Amino acid sequence: MAKLTIPKEEIMSPGHMGCQGCGATMAMRYALKALGKKTMISVPACCWAIIPGAWPNTCMQIPMQYTAFEVTGASISGIRAALDSQGMQDVNVVGWAGDGGTVDIGIQALSGMIERGHNVIYICYDNEAYMNTGIQRSGSTPYGAWTTTTPVGTTEYWEEGQKKNLMEIVVAHRLPYAATASVAYPEDFIKKLNKCLEIPGPKFFQVYAPCPTGWKSSPELSMDLARKAVTTRAFPIYEVEHGKYKINRKPEKTPLSEYLMLQGRFKHLPEKEVEFLDAHYEKEWKALLKLEEMTQDESLGNFM
Amino acid sequence: MRKVVTGNMAAAIGAKLCKPDVISAYPITPQTTIVEYIADFVADGSLKTQYVKVESEHSAMAACISASNLGVRTFTATSSHGLLLMHEMLGWASGARLPVVMVNVNRAIGPPWSVWVDHLDAIMQRDTGWIHIFAENNQEVLDSMIMMYKICEDHDVLLPGMIHEDAFYLSHTSEPVDIPDQSKVDEFLPKYKALVKMDLDNPLGFGSLVMPDNYMEFRYKIALAMDNVREKIIEVDADFKRLFGRSYGGMLDLYRCEDAEYVLLGAGTTASTVREVVDELREQGKKVGLARLRVFRPFPYEEIRKLARSVKAIGVFERAFAFGYMGPFMAEIGGALYNTDIRIPIKDYIIGLGGRDVRTKHIHAIFNDLEKIANSGKLDKELKWFGLNDGNRPEEEM
Repeated sequence: MAKLTIPKEEIMSPGHMGCQGCGATMAMRYALKALGKKTMISVPACCWAIIPGAWPNTCMQIPMQYTAFEVTGASISGIRAALDSQGMQDVNVVGWAGDGGTVDIGIQALSGMIERGHNVIYICYDNEAYMNTGIQRSGSTPYGAWTTTTPVGTTEYWEEGQKKNLMEIVVAHRLPYAATASVAYPEDFIKKLNKCLEIPGPKFFQVYAPCPTGWKSSPELSMDLARKAVTTRAFPIYEVEHGKYKINRKPEKTPLSEYLMLQGRFKHLPEKEVEFLDAHYEKEWKALLKLEEMTQDESLGNFM
Repeated sequence: MRKVVTGNMAAAIGAKLCKPDVISAYPITPQTTIVEYIADFVADGSLKTQYVKVESEHSAMAACISASNLGVRTFTATSSHGLLLMHEMLGWASGARLPVVMVNVNRAIGPPWSVWVDHLDAIMQRDTGWIHIFAENNQEVLDSMIMMYKICEDHDVLLPGMIHEDAFYLSHTSEPVDIPDQSKVDEFLPKYKALVKMDLDNPLGFGSLVMPDNYMEFRYKIALAMDNVREKIIEVDADFKRLFGRSYGGMLDLYRCEDAEYVLLGAGTTASTVREVVDELREQGKKVGLARLRVFRPFPYEEIRKLARSVKAIGVFERAFAFGYMGPFMAEIGGALYNTDIRIPIKDYIIGLGGRDVRTKHIHAIFNDLEKIANSGKLDKELKWFGLNDGNRPEEEM
């Protein structure tokens, strides 16, 4: 009999309000399988404030607190402090926020939370724009992307900045565990979540979550896109445990255009821009390989 | 036990006596010593609490809200710009029906920078769904905290509440304060029991999306809860008097108003100065009184109507101005009286903004002005910025 690496239990019920092919919904489903029912979750303004359903319905089988856009980090500190005051150590406290709520408006509260060392897990599901408000650019939107606030037009008015390197910001706090993950690699995501449950202190995840609505891609391509983001090196999956980098997948590189051209948000990009973006990702990938190599040095010890 | 302490020490001792399970705060002048004293209490083991030192006031309130969602008692303190930064989360606390309690040290809003007393920070939070109590002295700061938890945590209320203390006049000024015994506070204020909370055995969603066919009912329930606060304040004030021997007059603190012909109405430490002047004028046979606006939300409109029926004129003194109209208290009082047959002159005196000293001679000048209005029944003007450095300041306003 085949051994299942993904738990069968469903903690997120069917009947949610996510779009077809929603990566954020898949990410939650997988995350809860790893986290289990002894979990409390805090969700700010983002798609996931809508996905569970309108009052009095919910698809969640764990206690969930909805909160304001910029306070995910502070809110999970508050939940953890309340649990600690009652001597309840064995509850997983999870903050679950989108990329805008994490890299932009919520970065201060995230930074404060990590610095305080609270035993919590912050998971940012990254769909690379403000999707719930209608596809506006965020600090996590990649170079060249169309969004409703970088509408391209006839003037090449697309996103001009590179995607903010959230992991490096987080890792700079010297926290015990941080990782990127992808819905296309659920076993890797679940394995890393299971591992982090054994590590006390603040843990951080950035999960790649395709958004067919915002990316103007076919819903059935979500998994394919998430996988291609890893194989093109647009979104590598790796973990940083006590300061040591480990790249979890090092696949053969596939052409970036095969990833970009499946998405309406990149279709306007001329060849030279694709090459420019490809060169950028390649540089980042090399830097990541160097970081992995460098941090294996035993004399560095553990950061935290 | 009687001790000479500042308003901020009274607030910190109040927090200790109320035993919040979680305290989350961020420093701001002139609230800072509250967070320092609390840190000392935690360090010396006399206060057992989870003290979450956050990176902003916004996060302080967010942490209190989240902790309160688990059914534990929470506390924070702030001032002025910190309170303004919290504004979004203030609405979240009341909307989520969480009895978070906070002390706000009233301080002016910049620019220009000013760390001194002004009530506009509080007034700007009027419609957040919080209970507002303005303290007059350090004893009232401490006592109001104990009473506020009792009011807020009542299942007929379940709303957050803030206690306001004037910057420096209370926060950094020492007064004798009776520190109640812990055992008596415990008797008066038992452990908070939440009606509903985040619970693994009963997993619910807190604060989810509500469609237009239900939102209004959630708001209406807050309105009903706020109405319940009126009688709860009076009830808790009476209970407090029985156990601790002190009362603050419930919603509107009246001083020598029984036969008064004209009264001054306002909030904060200026009330103490007015009290002094009322005594002096009573010696001279003048029928004057003080009505201290202790509770700003819920607004004591019934008490004000009752008072207005028995006097010839009311002078409103306020340490805030609502730009584009008049003083905020004046507007509220006008609203309270409009649908009645009461037609007495009311004059608004804007005084002491940004910590400008208000002395007994200033209150005398205001009473003199009000006496003229009461006797003639005629209002010269509705609003006066008292003691302005505009080159036309009369001697008595200096």
